Amino acid sequence: MNTIGKNGLAIEVLLVEDSPGDVRLTQEAFRGTNSSIHLHVAADGVEAMAFLTRRGAHAGASRPDLILLDLNLPKMDGREVLAHIKEDASLKTIPTVILTTSDAEVDIVKSYQLHANCYLTKPAQLDAFESLVKSINDFWLTKAKLPQQTAPA
Amino acid sequence: MPIEVLLVEDSPGDVRLTKEAFRDANSSIHLNVAADGVEAMAFLSHKGAHVSSPRPDLILLDLNLPKMDGREVLARIKQDPSLKLIPTVILTTSDAEADIVKSYELQANCYLTKPVQLDAFEALVKSINDFWLTKVKLPRQR
Repeated sequence: MNTIGKNGLAIEVLLVEDSPGDVRLTQEAFRGTNSSIHLHVAADGVEAMAFLTRRGAHAGASRPDLILLDLNLPKMDGREVLAHIKEDASLKTIPTVILTTSDAEVDIVKSYQLHANCYLTKPAQLDAFESLVKSINDFWLTKAKLPQQTAPA
Repeated sequence: MPIEVLLVEDSPGDVRLTKEAFRDANSSIHLNVAADGVEAMAFLSHKGAHVSSPRPDLILLDLNLPKMDGREVLARIKQDPSLKLIPTVILTTSDAEADIVKSYELQANCYLTKPVQLDAFEALVKSINDFWLTKVKLPRQR
C-alpha cells in the first residue's frame, strides 16, 4: 500500500524539535498511525545537521525519508537548518516540512523562499495536533512519492 | 476569495477528471488550466491572453507537456524570486525514480503519481485538497 515501506524498510522520519512535550505528542501520534515509522529526534539545529551529515554520535544515522522541522530552535535556527538542507546537493531531495507554532506571514514566506516543501502550524488543541500528524502520515508517507533511500554521495 | 489553482495538463480527459474531483471536494476552488508549458509560463507571468490572470495559490504540474516540458516549467518557477513561493505539486503518470529525484532537485514541493483507477484518482484529488488547501499554510497572495 505504501511507496516506501515496500522493501520492508522502516520509514525514517527526523523530527527536529526542542520541546519535549511536542516530541512526545508527535511520537505518540505517529505510533498510533503507522507502525512502520521510525522517528528520530534532534533537539536543536546543530544536532539535526550532525544527524544529517552523520557526524559525531550520529555516524550510523539513517538518511531520513522525511524531515519535520521546527523554526525556533536552540544553537542553530530552523531557518538556517532549512537553508543548509536545501543548498546541499544530496540532502535537498529530502522533503522538509516546517512544523511550528508560528503563523507569522514573514515565517511562512521565508520558509517557502528557502524551499521548504510545506508549512504547517502546530495546533494548540491535542486532538487537532493528533489529526495533523495523521494527515502528515496520510499525505507524505502514503500518497506522495519520495525518493528511494540511497546512501548520500 | 476563491482559491486559485493552476493545473498544467495536456490531457483533456485528465483535466476534466481533475475539475470534477475538485468541484466535489471544495466549491471555493477556481481551477485554471494551461495545456502546455508555454501557456503555463504566460499565465504565471500575466502575458498575452493571460494579462489579467490571478496568481495561483497552488500549481499542479504534469511533467510531460508539449512546447515546454514540465521540468523546465518547474525550474523556471523555482528560480523566480516571486513565483518560487507558490507550492508546486508534480502530478504525473511517471513513477520513474529519475523523474522523482529530478523533480525534488528542482525544488518541487511534492511529487504525486496519477492513479489509473478513477476512484483512486478522485481520492488523490481529494487528498490534495484536504492537505494542501486545508492543512498547509500557504503564502498570502501578493
